[in-house]
Amino acid sequence: MDNKELIARRVAQEIKDGDVVNLGIGMPTMVANYIPEGVKPILQSENGFLGVGPAPAEGEEDPYIFNAGGQPVTILPDGIFFDSATSFGIIRGGHVDATVLGALQVDAKGNLANWMIPGKMVPGMGGAMDLVTGAKKVIIAMEHTNRGNHKILSECNLPLTAAGKVSLIVTEMGVMEITEEGILLTELNPEYTVDEIQEATGAELIIADNLKEMTV
Amino acid sequence: MNKVVSIEEAINHIEDGMSIMIGGFLSGGTPIKLVDALVEKGVKDLTIIANDTGFVDSGIGKLVVNKQVKRVIATHIGTNRETGNQMNAGETEVELVPQGTLAERIRAGGAGLGGILTPTGLGTIVEDGKEKIKVNGEMYILEEALRADVALLSGYIVDKCGNTVYNGSANNFNQVMAPAADLVIIEADNIVESGEIDPNDGQTPGIFIDYIVDGGAN
Repeated sequence: MDNKELIARRVAQEIKDGDVVNLGIGMPTMVANYIPEGVKPILQSENGFLGVGPAPAEGEEDPYIFNAGGQPVTILPDGIFFDSATSFGIIRGGHVDATVLGALQVDAKGNLANWMIPGKMVPGMGGAMDLVTGAKKVIIAMEHTNRGNHKILSECNLPLTAAGKVSLIVTEMGVMEITEEGILLTELNPEYTVDEIQEATGAELIIADNLKEMTV
Repeated sequence: MNKVVSIEEAINHIEDGMSIMIGGFLSGGTPIKLVDALVEKGVKDLTIIANDTGFVDSGIGKLVVNKQVKRVIATHIGTNRETGNQMNAGETEVELVPQGTLAERIRAGGAGLGGILTPTGLGTIVEDGKEKIKVNGEMYILEEALRADVALLSGYIVDKCGNTVYNGSANNFNQVMAPAADLVIIEADNIVESGEIDPNDGQTPGIFIDYIVDGGAN
């Protein structure tokens, strides 16, 4: 199992039956493939619908049904379309239970940076700032480091997407909660030691008393 | 009433220097024929207000590649490298706006409101230079309403009065923009007679629409 699948499988365990969930583009989208049996979230696409279904079979694409990455998808029988103002009313208004996004950097205060690198990459924030501000639970799904460079820091130095909104970080090394005291390591992938995950992290980890094994 | 005109006639109203809202999300729900006609007409120094700047070879992106755009107000420019290139070269001014904020600023512009109060962007560079207001103990950013000279929209079924039904996620910004511009042109995938849309199903009232052009998608 590669890192991305491992992370997506672990994030999927966070999703509860009936949750309204928005999955970001890329790895977060993979989470939908690993939702446990019997759990049926309502997936939201910020470009205007609830009830996102799987990608259509080749040749079955409907040009009017696409996700926020512009990819053809389907809508489930309980789904509904709406305009962008309604969509972000759902997001900002606290009607989304969980959102899953990637990160360039995330820090011990729950700050997130994932939309620009000044002078290098300025694609824009799209819907990310609203999602991170409005969702009840913000889950960051990402590889622990960027080729060895720390992404989990005591303080982000890239422009923020939102301040103090991250709830949970899931990487291939473990699961971390953002708490008042800092980053609490609650689960560790048994392939790594506490020293190794600390080494790969640019902030002091608090190790949970009941540190669990990360299982997927 | 019949608001149906040719694309040429509709585009004739658009001049250099105008601000133009364009519906769509990564080209889905973008009025492609109207945008293409604008590219052909070559009007310059436009301010484009849209979710994104499409792709270099489709949708709004073509206007950017053709150097007709002076200013962009959008949520995302990452799918069209030319917008970023022109921004870095100082040729095109780009204002990046959170997507929900953009939708709500446009809604406010069409609804007679001066602006909106949103928590989105607090503690980020989005709040720079903006007024912050505390309401019931919660902090918000004051974001001003947005209007435009022209809106170019895409609708699925449009009757000859302009009453409109959208389809799927092609709705996105189209419905929000319809009330927010002085001149509104809609590209209809299907044009029907007045009375053929059940008044319960219409999403945009025809009073917002000035001209209808045949998109001929169906």
